[in-house]
Amino acid sequence: MHGSHATGSPYAPHTEEDRTAMLEAVGTESVEELFDIPADVRFDGDFDIDARTERETRRLVRSMLGRNDDLTELLGRGHYGYYVPSLVDHLADRSEFLTSYTQYQPEISQGFLQALFEYQSLLVELTGLEVANCSMYDAATALGEAATLADRVRDTTGHRVLVPNRLREERRSTLENYVAGTDLDVETYPGDDGNVDLAGLEDTVDEEVVMIYAENPTVRGTIEERLDAIGDLAEDNDALFALGSDPIALSLLERPVDVGADVVVGDASVLGLPTSYGMGLGLFATREDYLRQVPGRLVGASEDATDRRAFTLTLQTREQHIRRERATSNICTNQAWVALRTAMHAAVLGPSGMVDLAERDVRRARDLADRLDDIVGVRAPVHDRHHLREFVARTDQPARAVVDDLEKRGFAVHVVGDHEIQICIAGVSDDRIDRFAAAVEEVTR
Amino acid sequence: MSDERSDGLGDADAAQSRYDQARYVENGEYEPLLSEKDRTRVEIGGSGDDGNGADSEDGGSPLPDDLTRDSLELPELSEPELARHYTRLSQMIYGIDSGPYPLGSCTMKYNPKFTEDVAALPSAAVHPDRSEGSVQGTLELLYRLQDYLGRIGGMDAVTLQPPAGAAGEFVGIRVAAAYHEHNGEGHRDEVIVPESAHGTNFASAALGGYDVVSLPSDDEGRVDLEALEAALSENTAALMLTNPNTLGLFERDITEIAEMVHDVGGLLYYDGANLNALLGRARPGDMGFDVMHYNVHKTFATPHGGGGPGAGPVGVVDELAPFLPAPRVRERGEESKSGDSIYERFEPEHTIGKVHGFDGNWLVLVKAFAYIARLGDEGLADASASAVLNANYLAERIDYDVPYGPFHHEFVASAGEQDAADVAKRMLDYGVHPPTTKWPEIVPEALMTEPTEVESKDTLDRLAAAFNAVAGEDDATLEAAPERTTARRIDQTSAARSPRLSWQALDTEDES
Repeated sequence: MHGSHATGSPYAPHTEEDRTAMLEAVGTESVEELFDIPADVRFDGDFDIDARTERETRRLVRSMLGRNDDLTELLGRGHYGYYVPSLVDHLADRSEFLTSYTQYQPEISQGFLQALFEYQSLLVELTGLEVANCSMYDAATALGEAATLADRVRDTTGHRVLVPNRLREERRSTLENYVAGTDLDVETYPGDDGNVDLAGLEDTVDEEVVMIYAENPTVRGTIEERLDAIGDLAEDNDALFALGSDPIALSLLERPVDVGADVVVGDASVLGLPTSYGMGLGLFATREDYLRQVPGRLVGASEDATDRRAFTLTLQTREQHIRRERATSNICTNQAWVALRTAMHAAVLGPSGMVDLAERDVRRARDLADRLDDIVGVRAPVHDRHHLREFVARTDQPARAVVDDLEKRGFAVHVVGDHEIQICIAGVSDDRIDRFAAAVEEVTR
Repeated sequence: MSDERSDGLGDADAAQSRYDQARYVENGEYEPLLSEKDRTRVEIGGSGDDGNGADSEDGGSPLPDDLTRDSLELPELSEPELARHYTRLSQMIYGIDSGPYPLGSCTMKYNPKFTEDVAALPSAAVHPDRSEGSVQGTLELLYRLQDYLGRIGGMDAVTLQPPAGAAGEFVGIRVAAAYHEHNGEGHRDEVIVPESAHGTNFASAALGGYDVVSLPSDDEGRVDLEALEAALSENTAALMLTNPNTLGLFERDITEIAEMVHDVGGLLYYDGANLNALLGRARPGDMGFDVMHYNVHKTFATPHGGGGPGAGPVGVVDELAPFLPAPRVRERGEESKSGDSIYERFEPEHTIGKVHGFDGNWLVLVKAFAYIARLGDEGLADASASAVLNANYLAERIDYDVPYGPFHHEFVASAGEQDAADVAKRMLDYGVHPPTTKWPEIVPEALMTEPTEVESKDTLDRLAAAFNAVAGEDDATLEAAPERTTARRIDQTSAARSPRLSWQALDTEDES
């Protein structure tokens, strides 16, 4: 330890003199006396965790994470590794952004509040819905919140929540946990060549349904062609239509409000975060009708005492710290800093940049699928649909063996069936895609 | 502090200049929103293909019109303009790096900078669907963090999946429900929560489908054992408790409380929000708690980022381990060629499934691991010692009435005749962040204060001076505050009455 500081935490600043003076002021002899803990529950052992210098700690983590293989990831299915511009890292890491808390004192938090207001505005433009909150944890938990919202706002005795049969298992499981405290049941409806099987859905829907959930693009990267029909089915049965998507897809694909969506959920960290082992940013937008039932934080515009525009957290009477067990959600700490990064990334791209990125994802996925389709023993894409950034390919050889061989050559892709692999081009450079196509040719030979 | 001003503001002048560097005012108006200037409408589609897969010759939309939106309207600014926009916004924010942030129960403490660099290592940026063999480093870090947290909390098994403290509470509730269901005790439909508990406790229990039974405090601010006796029954699924509680008081009867809860077959849940006060001094597991969450972003390290991300790992005793969310990480029991342990994910036998689409807030977990590894036993114990010393010292120095005691890491003062929210606004003028106000409600006009371990004696003295200056001020002065901040007092009522939640809503307003 350095200087005259007491031993222990390098971030606790007291000198021995400070401690003595403070103890004297408090009127005790030692710090231990301040711990009002009965003898029978006092902990006298140790954790057996060695202290390290900052440099040693960095080395420890670097060497541990160094065990991760350096692979080119052509992985997606809800988590994407787009390139994040340097501006995002440098500005989001400014310590005023990084080291502030939830904006309970808006007069000294205007900068963050405005950034979150701009994030909400971005989602409003992308979805066409009037209200967006300033974050949930991720797509799966946002879907769970959509279901509990549907349960609150739908004035029916219904209990059925319908989700696609190919919904990511983790999303479905999270949804099941969120509705465990309600009388809602999660059920699936069938798919057709990667998309919603409309006839099958129609057969499944009845007046007991409170929410129909669909994704665009789907987990297999296909673009839905009849979202409007799903919206109509939901409306006819007085159910909410919840649509899962993300900011890049939404910048190009049909506007949710135009197909009758009542809620849009999904992962917004597709912009602003590199791959981060699944860490995300749940987006949540809905109609103004449901404003007072929205989960999570909302930033609103107001005026200060001099009538100048100012921002503040608003409608907090929905939230747990005020409404307790009658709150619309238990969320407290959310993903505000990730929302800031997403807003920054979108601002760097601008509207033309976002549309270009999405269009490029359509073209590059199609181009790679075409190239793979030319390889003997591979058929791609297996779904005769339009795709955004990812697609499923069929391999004559067992998918597991193909994927293992690809990994040995430095590429990671998903196994999604006995003879099906899924490939995502998001954030992958053209030359890596070339090398990947060559590797597929080698391993399927 | 220099104190030449008649209003005693002294150093607040310095704070004033900091707030004001962010204020760019032209003709009395703020600089327009990013969103209001330079918004560009991009038309989409129109020249796309026929839906059969071929782009049109002019490189238009690769999708047919009926699958695309018509246009997108967003700001279009140059990178230098954006750099200035966000820099200016950052200057209008108070963070822990700006000054003390004694928000009770929020544990706003300085976080070391090196953990940011560690989390930004390229090898930390991996996709969650990678094969186990290719992410052994990530799995090893998760395994070692599970192990550290288990030791620190006295718990047998830990899941790192919950993405925040409230999500951890929800996991605890779901695990408790699954456990009771498994034992044929599914009839238990009540969760007991003390009145002074964090709002999340009530909300998490309700989200889990439980009826919440509110528990009053006794005259000393602790759990009222008679009231607890009356609340407990064969319908009790769990008691959610934090210790020390939100008044900063240690629940000295914890062993008896645990026995009472266990006697009726209920589980004892520990809200880890206040764990900072106990590091190395006591462990929830030793006190009889069956399940707990850790706010690793509070107790250990992660800058709070304006409201997240956090992470809320959950620890449980052996009996509850089979119900934890899947997957968890364990050692496979074999070694790699280089002699390292091999790690694998596994699904607990009666798992409740998932509570996050992937495995939670990984980058936060990396920072927490690095922080614990940096401090070790001695540093962790010292952190709690300094946090507790600081709370007691500050409580001693301020002129406001501080009922109850002795305190652990936080205390709740009463603003008495003053309005606590006004006191907070006025403290902003003194260049410090105020405490949490008006909560917990058992102290009238509560000023809930948690200095944390990172504040020096000098800073605490300055903070106390700010408290004490405000304590002597009249209502008119308080109601006019703040006057030295980026924005003056903000009208909350109009914000809630006519919500304007996007720039689109402001446009509509302009038109009307």
